[in-house]
Amino acid sequence: MAQQDDGGSNAAAGSAVVKSEAPVPSPGTAVVASDAFENPGLPPHRLRVTDLDPRKDRVAERRVYTLFYLSIVGSIFAVAAYVAFPIIPGNSASVRLNTLFLGLGIALGLLGIGIGAIYWSKNLMRGDEMSESRHPTRGSEATRARAVEIFKEGNEESGFGRRSLIRNSLIGALVATPLPAIVLFRDLAPAADPVPLLKETMWREGTRLTKDPSGVPIKASDVTLGSVFHVIPEGLNDKEDRLEEKAKAAVLLMRLRPEDLKVSPGRESWNYNGIVAYSKICTHVGCPVALYEQQTHHLLCPCHSSTFDVTNECKVIFGPAKRPLPQLPIAVDSEGYLIAQSDFHEPVGPSFWERS
Amino acid sequence: MAKNTLSTARRGRRHPLATIALIVIGLVSTGGAYALFSSTASANTPASTTTATVDQGKKLFAANCATCHGVNAGGVAGVGPSLYGVGAASVDFQVSTGRMPLANQGVQAEQKPAQFTKDQISALATYVASLSPGPGIPDAKYLKGNGNLANGAELFRINCAMCHNVAGAGGALTQGKFAPTLSGVLPVHVYEAMVSGPQNMPVFNDKNLTPAQKADVITYLKYLDQNPSPGGIDLGNLGPVSEGLFIWIFGLGAIVGVTIWIAAKAN
Repeated sequence: MAQQDDGGSNAAAGSAVVKSEAPVPSPGTAVVASDAFENPGLPPHRLRVTDLDPRKDRVAERRVYTLFYLSIVGSIFAVAAYVAFPIIPGNSASVRLNTLFLGLGIALGLLGIGIGAIYWSKNLMRGDEMSESRHPTRGSEATRARAVEIFKEGNEESGFGRRSLIRNSLIGALVATPLPAIVLFRDLAPAADPVPLLKETMWREGTRLTKDPSGVPIKASDVTLGSVFHVIPEGLNDKEDRLEEKAKAAVLLMRLRPEDLKVSPGRESWNYNGIVAYSKICTHVGCPVALYEQQTHHLLCPCHSSTFDVTNECKVIFGPAKRPLPQLPIAVDSEGYLIAQSDFHEPVGPSFWERS
Repeated sequence: MAKNTLSTARRGRRHPLATIALIVIGLVSTGGAYALFSSTASANTPASTTTATVDQGKKLFAANCATCHGVNAGGVAGVGPSLYGVGAASVDFQVSTGRMPLANQGVQAEQKPAQFTKDQISALATYVASLSPGPGIPDAKYLKGNGNLANGAELFRINCAMCHNVAGAGGALTQGKFAPTLSGVLPVHVYEAMVSGPQNMPVFNDKNLTPAQKADVITYLKYLDQNPSPGGIDLGNLGPVSEGLFIWIFGLGAIVGVTIWIAAKAN
């Protein structure tokens, strides 16, 4: 046992090292490089405890088969657990138990095999190092000659080279086959020009502002100070493409003190007694901007932390967004309900090439 | 022989199963620590108005609140806001959850153990409500959590989830402010927060979310509290932050550990 570090006696088995020759200096070079890398070869072989101690060898053997037996136990456990802990509809705790035990059983089944196999190969299989050269990629001359011969024979027997009409028509047929697919997939694009779709939303003059998701119209008097309403245009829920329309027309409605609002020229009539409506679609990549802080009047986008200042017409004060949120001009109709004065005055959401 | 055993033991200090054992210990201790931290349930006293009188409340207010909110609750410029019109709901919410009295001026008043008894809070609420009308303490029938669960979940996703997270786990706002977790919050406080809009939370008045709709939202929150996540440990429901941290540390750690073990030579 004291000799176990001396691997010299077994080193021969792993010493099949091909020495690479040092590069030959070209004639005329004055300096001969002498620091060429020398292949150190394989380190001396070290015997494992299982090679030296038969008792350790038996212990290792026992561990390996124990792991394999554990794997069997795990697989059977998984089946048993699947039956014993069924998924009861409507009970999420039962889903959790079911997946937990099923997963534990299958994991034990797979890991038992994997760990056992690796432990086996590391500790009990032949442990000395050896090198195996790769066979050359190039085939033998005879093989290469035969391969060329097969091609020639094939050409001769099929007449591929000789019957040029057949060959050319086949090539033409293969080229034409994918054409229907190209036409079909091309037609998946919107039939109409998509640019107007991106530039316009459902909002029109007189469209009532309604609550998301119920579609109940909102009275100006309902919007108390500090309130925030998630708004959809009236009639959105009856639309066939309501999700596409909602993705453009969603609006956030807030009420601030009128003296807190900075209103730029031309927008004086766009708010109603401090009630303002802004597009909920972030001008960065189109996430819904809806984290409204009623004391600081900041609107935060949850995706990339773009922050908009509602008091200052939703100008960007932080984050990657470049443009302020578009404002929806609002007014009140004769019954006291909030209505849109028009569509947004600029396209909502992120930039696109034809936005201009 | 003893020397040999010793040398074997020393050379074999990395037991083949040590890596796996370490990973298991790491996983178990993280899970345990998480369970420990997440089980801090709040035990707040529910509000009720029984023996409260305006006079009692006025005395308590003068002694505890007037420094910041003014002797007549009219507010002190730059220190504390006016309490006219905030109503009993706001007082009950702020004081029973310990947010008021404020421990110190900061970005946000944080929840802490309530500083007053149920009767004292009730008296304070009655006093403040007597100054100017405002939202009152909600009716118990909306707080039972027996509303429409699916409707509550949809309303929560539209009105609340962007700040409080779809699982009610809370989330970050700007400049150190945050939306707190809603797990374990009493239904009465959820309702009062919606009608009063504490701090930076917007107001959801009865025209925006009707009392029945508020009851639906409370039903959804109760459902979240009572039903475990079907997908296993929810890691705080914080989404990619906690899940990414977990999988990068423990998932990748396990892969690295196993790779090292596979490539290492046996003793």
